[in-house]
Amino acid sequence: MNSLLGFVLISVLILIVIVQIARVTELAGIRRGDKETQKLTNKRNANYMMWFLAGFMIFCVVSALHYKNYFLGYGPHASASSHGKLIDSLFNTTLFFTGIVFVATHVALFYFSWKYKEEEGVKAEYIAHDTRLEIIWTAIPAVVMAILVVFGLSAWNEIMADTEDEFIEIEATGYQFAWHLRYPGSDNLLGTRNYKMIDGSNPIGQDWEDIKNHDDLHPGEIVLPVGEKVRVRITARDVLHNFYLPHFRVKMDAVPGMPTYFVFTPEVTTEQYRENLKEYEEYQVPADLEDPEGPQKWEVFNYELACAELCGKGHFSMKRIVKIVERDVYDEWLKEQQPYYMTSIRNTDADPFKGQKLASDSPEEEVPAEEVSEDADIVAMNAESAE
Amino acid sequence: MVISKGIPTYEEKLIEELGYDDHFHDHHDGDKFSANFINTYIFSMDHKIIAKQFLITGMFWAIIGALMSLVFRLQLGFPEADMAWLKPILGKWITVNAEGLGALSNQFYYALVTMHGTIIVFFVLTAGLSGTFSNLLIPLQIGARDMASPLLNMLSYWFFFLAGTLMFYSLFLSTGPFSGGWTAYPPLSVLPQASDGSGAGMTFWTISLVFFVVSVLLGGVNYITTVLNLRTKGMTMWRMPLTIWAFFITAIIGLLSFPVLVSGFFLLMFDRTMNTSFFLNEIFVGGEALQQVGGSPILYQHLFWFLGHPEVYIIILPAMGIVSEVLSVHAKKPIFGYKAMVFSMLAIAFLSFIVWAHHMFMSGVNPFISNFFVIFTLIIAVPSAVKVFNWISTLYKGSIRFNSAMLFAIGFVSMFISGGLTGIFLGNSAIDIQLHDTYFVVAHFHIVMGVAAFFGMFSGVYHWFPKMYGRFMNETLGKIHFWGTMIGAYAVFWPMHYIGMAGVPRRYYRFDTFDSFSQFGELNKFITVAAIIVFFLQVVFVVNFFYSIWRGRKQTVANPYDASTIEWTTPINAGHGNWPGKLPTVQRWPYDYGKDGREFYPQVEPVGEEESEVH
Repeated sequence: MNSLLGFVLISVLILIVIVQIARVTELAGIRRGDKETQKLTNKRNANYMMWFLAGFMIFCVVSALHYKNYFLGYGPHASASSHGKLIDSLFNTTLFFTGIVFVATHVALFYFSWKYKEEEGVKAEYIAHDTRLEIIWTAIPAVVMAILVVFGLSAWNEIMADTEDEFIEIEATGYQFAWHLRYPGSDNLLGTRNYKMIDGSNPIGQDWEDIKNHDDLHPGEIVLPVGEKVRVRITARDVLHNFYLPHFRVKMDAVPGMPTYFVFTPEVTTEQYRENLKEYEEYQVPADLEDPEGPQKWEVFNYELACAELCGKGHFSMKRIVKIVERDVYDEWLKEQQPYYMTSIRNTDADPFKGQKLASDSPEEEVPAEEVSEDADIVAMNAESAE
Repeated sequence: MVISKGIPTYEEKLIEELGYDDHFHDHHDGDKFSANFINTYIFSMDHKIIAKQFLITGMFWAIIGALMSLVFRLQLGFPEADMAWLKPILGKWITVNAEGLGALSNQFYYALVTMHGTIIVFFVLTAGLSGTFSNLLIPLQIGARDMASPLLNMLSYWFFFLAGTLMFYSLFLSTGPFSGGWTAYPPLSVLPQASDGSGAGMTFWTISLVFFVVSVLLGGVNYITTVLNLRTKGMTMWRMPLTIWAFFITAIIGLLSFPVLVSGFFLLMFDRTMNTSFFLNEIFVGGEALQQVGGSPILYQHLFWFLGHPEVYIIILPAMGIVSEVLSVHAKKPIFGYKAMVFSMLAIAFLSFIVWAHHMFMSGVNPFISNFFVIFTLIIAVPSAVKVFNWISTLYKGSIRFNSAMLFAIGFVSMFISGGLTGIFLGNSAIDIQLHDTYFVVAHFHIVMGVAAFFGMFSGVYHWFPKMYGRFMNETLGKIHFWGTMIGAYAVFWPMHYIGMAGVPRRYYRFDTFDSFSQFGELNKFITVAAIIVFFLQVVFVVNFFYSIWRGRKQTVANPYDASTIEWTTPINAGHGNWPGKLPTVQRWPYDYGKDGREFYPQVEPVGEEESEVH
């Protein structure tokens, strides 16, 4: 109650101050006379225009230099993917052209504002248009835009095109408020899904009758080999999300019921990126301020997956670590992963092949003879996968 | 007949001599327009009163929208700070823990962000900007007694009021106001199971905006009809001031684009209430698989942005028209390239309808179609650039009179340059891969809409305040308002470019989940402090505005700026019908400033034999 009263009193005080400034200046202006007041204010504000120009340009340059490490392509945040470099260079080309326009127009704007303030005995010139000038300043932006369009679309079509090459496919499913990752396993194929089958033990609705699902992995981490093309199949379970890997310049909406894709090639391992970060002062500080002897920021760096489409109240917390490693390390890691079907579904009630033998079962598992399936389809499917 | 107090002005004499007699004095419209207090001030059908209603309601919503932004900026700048002191106002949306530390609920953070966007884009920058100035200036600058349909005009305001009431009510719902972003993408906006704010809050939000669109359409129909049909004798289209061109083109854009938004909202409501699946497909939420299949969330995005993009031009075009007028009057020079200004507005209007999917580059649409949207988006930069060059050239060799209106007009040009240039990055789809949904976008649209459009609005208010109230706003306060906001607004939004380039996403309640995004603690604090200061500078403006209505320096001369446009030929505090006698007859274009050694030629003065350049 006290602070509310205090707030009201201060507001009233500020109000009174503002009103008094109005009245005093009004009176001063009347005493001085309109013409004199206007002359004074013209001079003052014209000068402020130049001060503002100088201050603004300095502020822009100084802040840009201070934050140069965040500009695309510079410093520690260089892209870690092959197409990322293309995006960064496009950004810098655009920055070059827009930077020139930004400075030139601002200088003209504020300089003219200062130079052409009302002066005794000087009249404005009646200049209504200048056809030649207007053609030039229409043509030049048109040409610059055309250049940006050509470079931009050539990059866009290259980056977004589906690929004919070999790639590793992984799948990311966004849901409120985390990511579910799925790897295709040893058959390199992701099994089919049906959203109606989603339940506690089947978080993304995999159709366990499709044996392509049987070797699919649900790893806790996203691990990928450096230098190899990856295609991410992106979907969502409930609302729109967005698969966003900032360091790799990867971003694509996750739409429920409509898979989207992004193809990229990671080029820098996590280790290597850490080595690169080591060079920068801001990364040489302790990662945890409470633990000055502990690891430094560069040592604990990890690539991160984030959500970039508003998906509800937990939108800001959908994090997954992404690790890029050498091929052999990736292969090792892959070998260690157990297929989700095998560890969590096989022979439970959720398993459509409960009690039946599958080609994917390890040979030691004995299946009682009377439980071998006589279903023609299943026998055929088993025979097929045994090939 | 008595025209005004004292000696008739030069313009009044010309009107008496050459004006058009429409026998207005024979009408008994007085009864309809001002029989009692209700007719005069509440359900008024006089365009000037309606303009003030739009303005003051717009200012009310601007304060609410700004206060909301301060709350969420507090969260972003000082996430660890105690917000328990807000509990008396925000109630259950502030949770206080055992140690007495208050935190803003993340649910409500998103509600604030959503409401802030909705309120400012629609209520302030569409109704408050177009509604005010189209209503005030169209009849006055084209020489009409009032709008073509004063009744529809009155309804246009009251539908806006109704929309506002519903939106205001939604702030107090127990499940909270709508929180799915002002863009309201489904499935989030359709499913209450996905977000509390998508319950009753979303229903109120949608209905409020449908009424709002009714208001916009009623207004737009009026503006277009009035401009086409009620121009006075001699006022050809090419003799209209640029303000009128801007309001006219804006109204056309609105009429063609807003209905599509309503269609999107209707389909959204069908999905919410009738189990249809326009926008829904294969969704598992709240523990169950929904039956709705076959739809696409992307369809909504097309319908939304088909309005959404023209909407931003609906916001900026009136501001551009105002700035053109103010720069010309106070530099005492014709606006440079009048015809180019008109053609560039027409080009921008046309192009604005074929760029909408640049908001959808990363939405999962076939990347092939994005090619077209990139091309047209970058093309739209050309007429925009032409306008900037024309404004700058208007200052060249002018004789600039600095007052608050002029300062804001010059500031507008700076903001439009800064904000417009970053649009070129975003419009190029490959660059947008990295910048989409980051703070770079937030910086871009705030500088063009949140600052530039507001500057246009401020410029117009300061400039035409005497037309509205017969007094002037205080100049010292106006200049403090300008310089403080000019510096402050750049301080708030410029740093967001860096944050965006670093990849920090927008619409994040906190950044500390991610190492990559948590490096800007100091910068976020700076932005928040700057925002608080800028808010208080707007308080200076509001106080100045209301103080000046009753205590501002009185207007003693009908045409205080020596402007040539005909709104300055009415008496001070003109009553209904604007001109007490005949309507002015227009003889020339509105920009004869500094011609042949004369300060200006009023539009009502006939063209003399010896005049040079006639436009």
